Amino acid sequence: MKRKAIFAQVLLVASLLSASAGPSQTLSTYQINHLLNRIAFGPRPGDIERVQQMGVEKYIDRQLHPERIDDLSVEAKLASLDSLKMSIPDILNGYPAAGEIARQLGLRNSQDAGPQNNQTSRQQLQNYYRENGLKSPQRLLQDLQSQKIIRAVSSERQLQEVMTDFWFNHFNVFWGKGADRWLTTDYEMNAIRPHVLGKFKDLVMATAQSPAMLFYLDNAQSSAPDAQNPALARVTRRQQTRQRRPLFGGTGAIGRGQQGLADRLKKRQPGINENYARELMELHTMGVDGGYTQKDVQEVARAFTGWTIDQPRRSGRFVFRDWMHDKGEKLVLGQKVAAGGIKEGEEVIDILVHQPSTARFISTKLVRRFVSDEPPQALVDRVASVYAKTDGDIPEMLRTIFTSPEFESPDAYRQKTKSPLELVASALRALDAETDGSPRLAQNIARMGQPLYQYQPPTGFPDRASQWISSGSLIERLNFGVALAANNIPGTTVELSRFAPGTTSAEAAVDRAVEILLAGNVSSQTRSILEDQVRSSDEPALTKAFALVLGSPEFQKR
Amino acid sequence: MKTTRRFFLKSSGLAMAGFAAAPSFLVRTAFAQSSASREKDRPIVIAIFQRGAADGISMVVPFGDKNYYSVRPQIAIPAPAAADAESAIDLDGFFGLHPAMSALKPIYDERHLAIVHAAGSPSNTRSHFDAQDYMEAGTPGNKGVTDGWMNRYMQANPDRDATPFRGVAFSANMPRSLIGSAPAVAMTRIADFGVRAGVASNEVAKAFEAMYGGDNTGKETFEAVKMLKQSNPQRFAPENGAEYPTSGYGQALLQIVQLIKADIGLQVAFADIGGWDTHANQGNARGQMANRLRELAQGLAALYRDLGDRARSVIVVTMTEFGRAIRQNGSGGTDHGHASALFVMGGPVRGGKVYGKWPGLAPEQLYESRDLALTTDFRDVFAEILVKHMRATDIERVFPGFKPGPGLQVL
Repeated sequence: MKRKAIFAQVLLVASLLSASAGPSQTLSTYQINHLLNRIAFGPRPGDIERVQQMGVEKYIDRQLHPERIDDLSVEAKLASLDSLKMSIPDILNGYPAAGEIARQLGLRNSQDAGPQNNQTSRQQLQNYYRENGLKSPQRLLQDLQSQKIIRAVSSERQLQEVMTDFWFNHFNVFWGKGADRWLTTDYEMNAIRPHVLGKFKDLVMATAQSPAMLFYLDNAQSSAPDAQNPALARVTRRQQTRQRRPLFGGTGAIGRGQQGLADRLKKRQPGINENYARELMELHTMGVDGGYTQKDVQEVARAFTGWTIDQPRRSGRFVFRDWMHDKGEKLVLGQKVAAGGIKEGEEVIDILVHQPSTARFISTKLVRRFVSDEPPQALVDRVASVYAKTDGDIPEMLRTIFTSPEFESPDAYRQKTKSPLELVASALRALDAETDGSPRLAQNIARMGQPLYQYQPPTGFPDRASQWISSGSLIERLNFGVALAANNIPGTTVELSRFAPGTTSAEAAVDRAVEILLAGNVSSQTRSILEDQVRSSDEPALTKAFALVLGSPEFQKR
Repeated sequence: MKTTRRFFLKSSGLAMAGFAAAPSFLVRTAFAQSSASREKDRPIVIAIFQRGAADGISMVVPFGDKNYYSVRPQIAIPAPAAADAESAIDLDGFFGLHPAMSALKPIYDERHLAIVHAAGSPSNTRSHFDAQDYMEAGTPGNKGVTDGWMNRYMQANPDRDATPFRGVAFSANMPRSLIGSAPAVAMTRIADFGVRAGVASNEVAKAFEAMYGGDNTGKETFEAVKMLKQSNPQRFAPENGAEYPTSGYGQALLQIVQLIKADIGLQVAFADIGGWDTHANQGNARGQMANRLRELAQGLAALYRDLGDRARSVIVVTMTEFGRAIRQNGSGGTDHGHASALFVMGGPVRGGKVYGKWPGLAPEQLYESRDLALTTDFRDVFAEILVKHMRATDIERVFPGFKPGPGLQVL
């Protein structure tokens, strides 16, 4: 692209960076600011000094071992988000879909009944939720979004939060797809979170067996073409003997008798579903040019037949169903996978994570996240060799990145455009804002182009500047900064006066805002514009200075 | 439909009864004869991406192909039957529209909707991401191109009077199709497109404008904000009884038409609609895919009705990254395939016809023994639109490395 790099004002900054980075061990403010913008969601007031005191090596080491960091205060902030620690069955019971309740209350045809009756039905529904201590599934999404924002802003385990965001996006699922509304909480808490700083293979295995992924990429429905459902045989037998017991069900089976079940079972023509198998190779492990064929996709799909969900609307557990499984031999990437039931899928994952293309693909994505939209090849190669040597050890790969010259290079400084989540979290952190993670912040982030947990395609959000910067999203970013500085975001408060007690002059206000938000590092052009604008304003200088710096080109970068 | 015809009458002077039956060249003449300002004749193309790979043979059903029903025992769309809302809508005795797309049938009959079947991208990838990227770049198989085909059209056809709204996408993020060195705007809601700082809005906006003065996106943004404020496109309510879906897609189309009516220089517009990746429980005449098709069709029909006379300078074209496997899979759905179908709608379109060579569904006719074979490269259709309608002079710059064929004469 010939177009001038978006927000390009980094040259001056880059020269400052190299000038200040001497041979000594003490890192400059710029370098620590850079570090905290990459392995954390930006610095809070005092963080740069703290890291300087602690030493960068120790800081990185602690972040790579989050279990050693006390994080009780963030846990307290999450306490009111009920659903986060609930099991799938409890979530299914506690957050039923409105449609299910409407059916139970006989409100099925509310659509035809006109607005007046609709109003009554809605009221009836709301009453039912309240009287029975139930909540709407939408609350599950809100809880997830709130915890993500609260943790990004307040957790001491910053790298863990960065990596949770990274891996969820890598193994993306879409909250809005059917049963995933009830399964995504478990996905983040139990499949992603525990492994974000572990071995890569564990992440692949955990996501492969996660009900949310099994549903999202349809593996739950994939079966051998000749699979015979024993339940269908049973129902048919029962019908033949004319026993007509209703089939009691929890959510999902209400009002449907055996005939319905039999019909549904018969309707399914068994066969493989390639969706998960393809994305497992293309997006999760080897990458699209990783060297697999359409035939490999089919073979992998066959190996995973039977990996499914036990009663998706009731227990929602992973289960291996032998009767769905394709018993024939498979050939994956030229390697024979012997018939072995559930072991076949495990063996396939083992084959995939040991492909050199997987090492390269994962390393490239990590370097892109932490260093540059255009990952330096030499660093990618080194990280890939660490992957190979350590059996995909994520902390060791990250350590290689954080201590690399490429990471510290002036070329990397403010090279990345903050994602909307990163923008919001870094702003709240820099201003030491208090937040309850209210839905308004998630709405702001969505309007900037990142609807959290609601990205439909399995690719996850692309990690590139071009994804995030358009006219519409730029306007939203500016408006967010204005609203935050003016304390116009419900559930979130900032107290700007504490950063500059008694300040009234434009210069002092701009100075403080630049110091707090940009570690003092701003182009002379931006600074003079800032001073002119703040000086000529009737608005309180401090509010305006912070609003403008939050919206400045520099603050959109990390 | 009545409303629409009445509307056409006003400008064309043709008798209402004769209109629907008029041969397409006459209908097009009717468009041409209307005495409108020069601005109204600015050619416009609207591209709609069906993300997720839409199943072409469910959209436009080859009920006349004897193999169709055997490969899809549960999810096939029944052949046309009189007065049956559950079967395909006959188009030409061989193909039928999915019944959920009935809103498009009148436009087809008026010969302003054409269909190109077995069309798509020649790349053999079955990756959504790669295939979408290839299609939006306009360079299947070539990952080295960084801008999109719609942007390259604007680059290759510079316009001295271009406004910031020459290229517009209604989405939060700039789609690949419009990325590139020519200015383009991406937004989701016209109403939200401006700095909101209470009484200080103007002043704050000025400050930001100064800060982003050296940045292309920034400059375009603030020019666009000012222009939008002056022209206030939201004052244009849908006309001719047009009812847009309430979804993001429907609202995107509504706003595109508002921009067209506001005459602020729109030439290329982009919107998308997701939910086509029907690996499971695709449904047939009803169900998941039917619901998406209904939304797609109602949006297109609303746009067309709402444009009224202005439709004579507008062409809408749909695309999807690939089609789906011919045989249904084990989950009542379809896996990734190859060719699909696309729609071309608008005043200059020679509609009322299904274009493209039908490759057949017999096992030996399938692509890689499983998918609908491709007989029309999407670039041939796009190139025809760009050359004949958008007056593109350098089509090889828009689609590098591609030599357009004779074209299907869809226009």
